[in-house]
Amino acid sequence: MSEEVYAKLLAAARKHPPGEQVPYAFEKRIVARLEARPAPSVWGLWCRPLWHAAISCVAITVLCGLWAYGSRAHTEPADNFSQDFEAAVFAPMNQQIEDSW
Amino acid sequence: MDRTDAELISAARKGDPASFEPLVAKYQGRVFATARRYARRESEVEDIVQEVFIKAWQKLDGFRGEAPFEHWLMRLAVRTCYDFLRGHQRNRETAFAELAESETNWLERFAAGPGSASEDADAARQLVAKVLSRLSPPARLVITMLEIEEKTVKEIAALTGWSATLVKVRAFRARAEMRKILSQMTRDKYL
Repeated sequence: MSEEVYAKLLAAARKHPPGEQVPYAFEKRIVARLEARPAPSVWGLWCRPLWHAAISCVAITVLCGLWAYGSRAHTEPADNFSQDFEAAVFAPMNQQIEDSW
Repeated sequence: MDRTDAELISAARKGDPASFEPLVAKYQGRVFATARRYARRESEVEDIVQEVFIKAWQKLDGFRGEAPFEHWLMRLAVRTCYDFLRGHQRNRETAFAELAESETNWLERFAAGPGSASEDADAARQLVAKVLSRLSPPARLVITMLEIEEKTVKEIAALTGWSATLVKVRAFRARAEMRKILSQMTRDKYL
């Protein structure tokens, strides 16, 4: 039964193909549309990818900023920047002193 | 004297839309018929056909002239129709969920005796349109071309850009999908 309905419906569709009638002066409408289309400018072609790139760059900057802020929040806050800086500068020297002991 | 397609294409390539007009006039009927297979509303059909010719104009440099212009244009038309179907996928689930009275009557007549339900009936045409409208885009495309337009697998592959194997796989799935939809729509009453 299912096969018969399937075949019958497809036969119905085959028997009634869609018409080729066209709205009046449709070709003129197409040509008018083509003539009305502005020619693509070099600036227009260049600006679109540039904007896309700019948006991507801003997004990456924001993500990097958030990541940097997040990673700093997880580390111990420095009490004194000058002490940290000094420790970092003299780190090799301290290492040498420790090795000589 | 009428200019040939090649002459018109050559002039159109130089940026003369007026030379494109006879090409549109010559082939628009076929493109309209193709679009009407996939869109029901006439406004949608016009939009599809317009898009086909605008794409044709934009891609005219890509036409190498190895095959007739009509073949190239019909490939463009089929792919535009496929894009249309994919773009309107959301509508297919809700559209035509219920059967009209005339369609139910047609199915009842068919259940009583397959010979008594004519395939010429409007109800049969409406029913098949409903079933097709609920198919997924690849299923609808392949069923339309293979079963209704009776094109070969090779022809469908050329028109869609799919491989012959993919066309066969999609045809197999499409038939199963169509049977399932038919069964759901008639709620297994008549099948």
